[in-house]
Amino acid sequence: MTVSTDLRLTAADLDRYLDLVGDGDEREAVGLAMSLLDAGVPAQRIIVDLIGGTQARVGELWASNEWGVAKEHSATAVSERVLAAVAARTDVPAGRGRITLACVDGEWHGLPARMLAELLRLDGWRVDFLGASVPGRHLITHLHQTGPDAVALSCMIPTRLPRAHAAITACRAAGVPVIAGGRGFGPHGRYAQLLGADAWAATGEEAVTRLASDWPPEYVADDPGTFLGDEEYTHLVRSRPQLIATAMGRLPAVFPGAHHYDQAQIDATAEDLGHVADFLAAALYVGDAEIFTGFVEWTAEVLRTRGVPVGALRVGLRLIRDQLVDFPAALRMIDEGVAAIAD
Amino acid sequence: MTALTPAGAGEPLTRTIPVAPAPALLRAAMEAATEAMVICAADGDIVVLANAEAQRLLPALRPGAPVAGPLTGDASFRAEHEGRRLYGVRRPLDDDHYAWFVGDHTEAEERAASLELERSRTAFLAEAGRRLSASLHVRRCTRTTAELAVAHLADAAIVVLPVNGGQCSWIRLSPGHAPEEGTLAERKLAEVPGLVEALDGFPPIPSQWLDPALAPGWLFPADLGPVGALLVIPLPGNAEPAGALILARGGNQAAFTAEDEMLARIFAARAGAALSAAVLYQEQVATTTVLQADLLPPELPQPDGFELGASYQAARDSLRIGGDFYDVLGPPTGGSDTVIALGDVCGTGPEAAVLTGKVRQTLRALRLVGVAPEDMLRVLNQALLQSGRRQRFVTLVIGSVQRVEHGRVRLRLASGGHPPPLVLRADGTVDEVPTKGTLIGVLPQTVVTPATVELAPGELCLLYSDGLTEARGGPSGDEQFGEERLRRQLAGCHGMPAAVAVERLRQLVSDWVHGGPRDDIAMLAVRAHTRPPLSLRGGGARNASPYLVAARRGDRRSSRARS
Repeated sequence: MTVSTDLRLTAADLDRYLDLVGDGDEREAVGLAMSLLDAGVPAQRIIVDLIGGTQARVGELWASNEWGVAKEHSATAVSERVLAAVAARTDVPAGRGRITLACVDGEWHGLPARMLAELLRLDGWRVDFLGASVPGRHLITHLHQTGPDAVALSCMIPTRLPRAHAAITACRAAGVPVIAGGRGFGPHGRYAQLLGADAWAATGEEAVTRLASDWPPEYVADDPGTFLGDEEYTHLVRSRPQLIATAMGRLPAVFPGAHHYDQAQIDATAEDLGHVADFLAAALYVGDAEIFTGFVEWTAEVLRTRGVPVGALRVGLRLIRDQLVDFPAALRMIDEGVAAIAD
Repeated sequence: MTALTPAGAGEPLTRTIPVAPAPALLRAAMEAATEAMVICAADGDIVVLANAEAQRLLPALRPGAPVAGPLTGDASFRAEHEGRRLYGVRRPLDDDHYAWFVGDHTEAEERAASLELERSRTAFLAEAGRRLSASLHVRRCTRTTAELAVAHLADAAIVVLPVNGGQCSWIRLSPGHAPEEGTLAERKLAEVPGLVEALDGFPPIPSQWLDPALAPGWLFPADLGPVGALLVIPLPGNAEPAGALILARGGNQAAFTAEDEMLARIFAARAGAALSAAVLYQEQVATTTVLQADLLPPELPQPDGFELGASYQAARDSLRIGGDFYDVLGPPTGGSDTVIALGDVCGTGPEAAVLTGKVRQTLRALRLVGVAPEDMLRVLNQALLQSGRRQRFVTLVIGSVQRVEHGRVRLRLASGGHPPPLVLRADGTVDEVPTKGTLIGVLPQTVVTPATVELAPGELCLLYSDGLTEARGGPSGDEQFGEERLRRQLAGCHGMPAAVAVERLRQLVSDWVHGGPRDDIAMLAVRAHTRPPLSLRGGGARNASPYLVAARRGDRRSSRARS
């Protein structure tokens, strides 16, 4: 991540931009980005450092409970418009080829993929950005209609990995190589290869470099794809509703406060238990407990900043664990999760 | 062995016959052997004896002369000798003599080679079938055809597509070059021997009748060197050829054998079938795109005084149209009110979409006459009843939106059997707009109670279809999202711009459904501005479902942006 010496973004620019998006002040935020462009800051730096850098801070501010959901969403919306304004101001002839960009079905974090779309466009690609949460069938239909040279697939949350696997397999079956990106593919993209992606990029700029210098990947004949998801995974996914219902039913007995929950609290608790089940399923799918322990640690931190005792999370984990006694891999992962938040 | 010996047989099963045969008999046996035998004296490597087979395979051998030809080395040899593939083993006989035993493996090796060739052809055709059937995109199919051809059939390959508007598209792959693409004027086709015939669908002219020297210089890059053999094959398609394949082998000695030509024709048949399927698919897509263009949700205008946000998701993932719809009709010349409508035709899929198209068209016409929302519903009811089609009803909400003083926005809303819109107030409470009415398209008379609401700056009014509240999912997997939950989640959107609130609701309901089936869902939100309107128009408009837009407007938008 190199910044040219004379046209550097200053910390003051970044702070001001954060204030503006936090205010939902699209006009001023766009104005700031435009004046930086006019001053000669490359569009790539505005996209990666200003918009991307700020987005990371927005995520931290949400996690530490300094910003609410509405503020976070509004800020993201402003950044999307700033990105569109930057794109409208920078015209690059498309000379490289065509690429389709999509977020995995169920993946709603569209901004990182949109940023990559603009970076690729600036690098001379003709880009079809299909947006957040793209159903697999849509993606494949699009591939048949446009015949791109690559699919870039974004997945920020590991619970979408099984869907990502299906999408990658389908893209490759349609003869289009896939480059994967996003935190969801794990540290160093370790799940990307497992799921059959042809390449993985840690950052948008890395993806741009790879696609410009080393593409297409060599055609691999007879790659039927890896079969993932064992019996435990299948069981967990099938019995998700019962798991949650049983846990909700037993909750008041172990957590008396739950007697007085209103519907919103009941919904929120059921949703949290759903996340536990989904992250556990994802960890089982790729066979890596780190997905689950990472989720448990992150949740504990989010709860702590919101004044919720970590004990509540332990109760939830135990309620799910009690129902999975016959599933050794799942038990081991839950136990590792519980151990990670022991203090 | 002992156990197998029959009891009482008395004698072992094998015996050595202790009789020395006559030398003449030994010699006759040697002569009769199918393997060549050459007995040599170790001293001076002189041939002592060569049997008949040895004389046949190695005619230069003379008894009494030194051993020659491929018979060298201490252990064995494998060599080609006088057009035959020989394999020999040397064995010591006694202190002074040794022998070569030589076999003729010519036929066996030819059989093995032809089997290997057959195998590689089968593997090639299997790979071709797999890769060609993967894509329904014409350019990709063309490219794959050229890639397979240079990998297995020739040094360089060109795929030429049929004439279209006086031009032919082509893709060329040649050694040391990236894939090249271009178009060729129809009149230049005749310069390539056999190409016009191939594109007319005639069977290919055998390679040896095509003089590569006649190929024009532009056909292949100069660094390919002299083209030794040229093959031009039609790619058979549906009734007319899908294109032609030009194959070239470099070097003066190059040739295409009859087997090569046959393999190329089999391959061409597969490539042609894949290409014509892709052509057919692209034609269908083009037609569908035109037909559904008017049925897709409209791009939202950016009216003065208030902001709009909308989302539409069709029930079937691969379809982008369905039974829900929304529309926004800007003020007519001289007018000041914007008309919004959101509705739900019974059913889903293309049949329902066609009716939504009619409803939207009727509304556009009514808009021009400037009638109130409740009157639009009445006329629409009459129009649907008189259309005489099978009973299909529609529920919808029509609203007329107008900016009033102090940044407030006034909506007059009329519902025809549709869930009433919700209003998110500045204090975070959610109200229901008290409008109701009968279904449209069923009863001869409609009864509509319109309602008027005013939005203070930052307040939002949400129109939605019941696909939202009836979405099944949640922890149990079978619970409806429900009106109560919608109200609560809408309250949670307090402070969000209209487009962000709609996107958030879409995300929440999608998470609720958790990948399960769902109905069409449409949402349209109107929000009074909290601050002066934004400078950025259109370009930054956040469409709730961008992937819907990409394929539809991608080309148009990018051509506009890039021109």
